[in-house]
Amino acid sequence: MTVNAMSVKEVTKKIVNKDELFILDVRNEDDFKDWKIEGENFEHFNIPYFELLDGVEGIMDEIPANKELLVVCAKEGSSVMVAEMLSEEGLTASYLPGGMKAWSEHLEPVKVGNVNDGGEIYQFVRIGKGCLSYMVVSNGEAALIDATRMTDIYLEFAESIGAKITHVFDTHLHADHISGGRKIVEETNATYWLPPKDATEVTFDYAPLEGGNVVTIGNTAIDIHALYSPGHTIGSTSFVVDGQFLLSGDILFIDSIGRPDLAGMAEDWVGDLRESLYSRYRELSEELVVLPAHFMIIDELNDDGSVSEKLGTLFAKNHGLTIEDENEFRKLVTENLPPQPNAYQEIRETNMGKVNPEEEKQREMEIGPNRCAVR
Amino acid sequence: MEITKVLDAKGLACPMPIVKTKKAINELEVGQILEVHATDKGAKSDLAAWTKSGGHELVKDTEENEVLKFWIKKG
Repeated sequence: MTVNAMSVKEVTKKIVNKDELFILDVRNEDDFKDWKIEGENFEHFNIPYFELLDGVEGIMDEIPANKELLVVCAKEGSSVMVAEMLSEEGLTASYLPGGMKAWSEHLEPVKVGNVNDGGEIYQFVRIGKGCLSYMVVSNGEAALIDATRMTDIYLEFAESIGAKITHVFDTHLHADHISGGRKIVEETNATYWLPPKDATEVTFDYAPLEGGNVVTIGNTAIDIHALYSPGHTIGSTSFVVDGQFLLSGDILFIDSIGRPDLAGMAEDWVGDLRESLYSRYRELSEELVVLPAHFMIIDELNDDGSVSEKLGTLFAKNHGLTIEDENEFRKLVTENLPPQPNAYQEIRETNMGKVNPEEEKQREMEIGPNRCAVR
Repeated sequence: MEITKVLDAKGLACPMPIVKTKKAINELEVGQILEVHATDKGAKSDLAAWTKSGGHELVKDTEENEVLKFWIKKG
């Protein structure tokens, strides 16, 4: 009769391995409907913890005896309480330390490829929120793209592989999560590159990143070519790294495309989005491996837990890239859009440097899925 | 509004604000009002949902200087 802690790292491993897990989620029904831990072979049962204060006898029939059991709540406390109650009934139950807040913050680094002259490219998978950031490493130098606010993870990772972060990029002004770019630049003296059209209101110094710019990492070993690709925001910029990888930001995902409305300009930017996806991307090599800034559903993960696909494959299979009719495309990206990300206006203002919420507040602002795509 | 009892749940983390609220409500008569003070942000939606599911009534709630206050009428 024990209560175990099952870390977010262990849960991530179960998702990648497609293991079975039964999740008893004791948050409010609305929170559960909005966002939960998903895995191909995960089953869920939701009942708020406050319905269980008098005992768990009423839900014993809902819990399969032969499956590993994890109790999840918002922060931790309630999941420990419920796991202990289940344990008293004779079940072996685990709880998730840090709850959904820890789930939202966990980053898993995965190597996605080799680049010229012994260099490497890593993808940091924010599994709970579906955000993807990147580190390109060459000859002891590192570039960071679309960093999250969990900056220690990148700094420690760079140190562990003996690299110094010299360039930090954001593909666009993010609306779903708080960028860690500024904090990392303060700690490393790296150059912070932003697309100027997204940065008109930012309150700090940055280097303007224009289409056609080339930034070299590690003594000419790796080139990062900027490709202006507006549509999700007016400044959205993609990167071609070492002629092999296309970092597509929030313009193109594996199973969906970027939504044009989060900066409030859906109607105006539909044409830009169409042009970026149907003209500019078409001019690129189909052999490029697309590395997006998000995933939305767990099916988009590869077997090793990374998220990537060849551009040519996406041209054939991604529904957002195969719409011939412009009006149909316009309808898809402007009508029936999913709800906007939690606190997205406040997040944009934070990323501009206009407001500086405390860490606890930042955590709350980022709760929930990223919601940057339309399918 | 006549308040029968005031519960101070400030500084307590989930699930304690609701555990204590439930206990305090049990000691009241139907129709009496419990005032709850809490600082755990999650208490806001949780207390509202718990009140409803327990057949009580959330008469009023406020937020001032990081302190959440709730007035719950026992049902």
